[in-house]
Amino acid sequence: MLATLDEPTPVYSILRSPAVARLHSVTKRYGAITALDTLNLAINAGEVLALLGPNGAGKTTAIRLLLGLISPTAGSVRVMGRDPRDSATRTRIGAMLQVTRVPETLRVREHIDLFRSYYPHPMSVAEIVRLARLEGLEDRFFGKLSGGQKQRVLFGLAICGNPDLVFLDEPTVGLDIESRRALWAQVRELAARGKAVLLTTHYLEEADALAHRVIVIDKGKILAEGTPAQIKTRVTGRRIRCVTDCDHSWLRALPGVADVQPDRDAVVITATAPEAVLREMFLHDATVSDLEVSTAALEDAFLALTQAQA
Amino acid sequence: MATASIAAPAPAAGLDFDYYFKLFLKETRYEFLNRLRLRAYSLSVIGFPVMFYLIFGIANRHSEGFHFARYLLASYSCFGMIGAALFGLGAGIAFERAQGWLELKQASPMPRLAYLAAKTVSCMAFALIIVAVLVALAITVGGVHMTLRELIQLIAITLAGALPFASMGLLLALVLPASAAPGIINLIYLPMSFCSGLWMPIQALPHFLQRIAPLLPTYHYAQLALGIFGYAQPGSTLLHWDALIGFTCIMLGTAWLLFTRMNADA
Repeated sequence: MLATLDEPTPVYSILRSPAVARLHSVTKRYGAITALDTLNLAINAGEVLALLGPNGAGKTTAIRLLLGLISPTAGSVRVMGRDPRDSATRTRIGAMLQVTRVPETLRVREHIDLFRSYYPHPMSVAEIVRLARLEGLEDRFFGKLSGGQKQRVLFGLAICGNPDLVFLDEPTVGLDIESRRALWAQVRELAARGKAVLLTTHYLEEADALAHRVIVIDKGKILAEGTPAQIKTRVTGRRIRCVTDCDHSWLRALPGVADVQPDRDAVVITATAPEAVLREMFLHDATVSDLEVSTAALEDAFLALTQAQA
Repeated sequence: MATASIAAPAPAAGLDFDYYFKLFLKETRYEFLNRLRLRAYSLSVIGFPVMFYLIFGIANRHSEGFHFARYLLASYSCFGMIGAALFGLGAGIAFERAQGWLELKQASPMPRLAYLAAKTVSCMAFALIIVAVLVALAITVGGVHMTLRELIQLIAITLAGALPFASMGLLLALVLPASAAPGIINLIYLPMSFCSGLWMPIQALPHFLQRIAPLLPTYHYAQLALGIFGYAQPGSTLLHWDALIGFTCIMLGTAWLLFTRMNADA
């Protein structure tokens, strides 16, 4: 689809390219709980899309809908223009899910051999082993692998069918930093081959490192959507900590303030432009003291973004 | 419309008989290999019928004019098949479901039927091993004489039990939580086998047990196998076949209903 482009694909052309998978105003309820609330989402050919949100935001529900494992309460799900339950659709996608245990008495080579047989045009074993970095592990039993190695096998199983679209549900959760970086490199390599990737994560850093486009969701709704750079300008602010008599709701109403939290006798304000906020505060309250301005950690800022909408 | 947004090349072209056949063979081979290496399964499924046969069948092969080793060869072949199927499908699927492994397979193009059929065939392979060991013991140390025809019949009838008890295993996998599955399956499997005359001749059981035995699928299964050696209770074998077919339909039907209900709720 995008394979004809020689240059790295610029974001704007990815945004124009056709959707390979789509959730169209999808609502998913489990009893009284609404996991997804009239959510619209499209994954375009060749892009890496990160679905970013805290636990329980609805990320896994979105993936399970797109895989046809569950059906929506309302709305429609389309993958490659078809029902995700069609086996013809499934031959063109791959998935890495949060699996707690895989049959441990099969060897890595055997797992790959079996999953390859599910696809009419599988990727070659050598290619899978190389892409998933399983060299030297082929004859090991799954049960004897480390956590990072197990994730690599699951990654390998996701690409057995040489898919056009790959779902990665929290691929690096529970991994150490080294294994996480290694998995990032693998995802980048998939993207470089023109595969579309939908990745869920609750690490902003991960979305930033991998994705062409990020969708921030919480409580089943989209909070923000854009390139990682756009999301970062929305969520990264700076942090003002000071003791002040200013009313919290007044502070919250100031332009550029994302969040206001009491911290013992002080207050912590997260704002995109701290200078403007401070100017207002000094005008309003002459007693401002113990002033500190610092760069908000990415995770804090993300938290601010999700909490601001709550 | 999303439907018009991408031109999908027809991938159905690759999904021919050859593809399904190879897939099924691989699924079966790895299911069997996995089960064989899983000692908790292979040792108990093969070990228990063999051990019981040695204790009850070989140790008192002839007493009071009754050829125990001959009767119990048939009944422990059945016992082995039932165990392989109930644990293979019941506990096996319950675990794979709880661990998310089944979901990953469901997200792949693997046909559901291949998954279930592979598990059933793998259980049949275990039953064959059990029958082979039991027959070897019966002939060498049990003093049992059997014709080739009887042997073939024994194998055929034993394997015929795969479908009814695999269906029962499937239903149990859907209703039992994985952690409790092996325990509860034992609580069903062992008393049911005992009451059907699989552990010791049914004539030796208390009368009230003999009365309720015909309500159990294991009884009808055992009667078919016992018929080969002339130990069946008087009556038509057709009734036993009917009972097993009916039982299979009930198990599969209930499993299907539960499964579709779960999918609707999911």
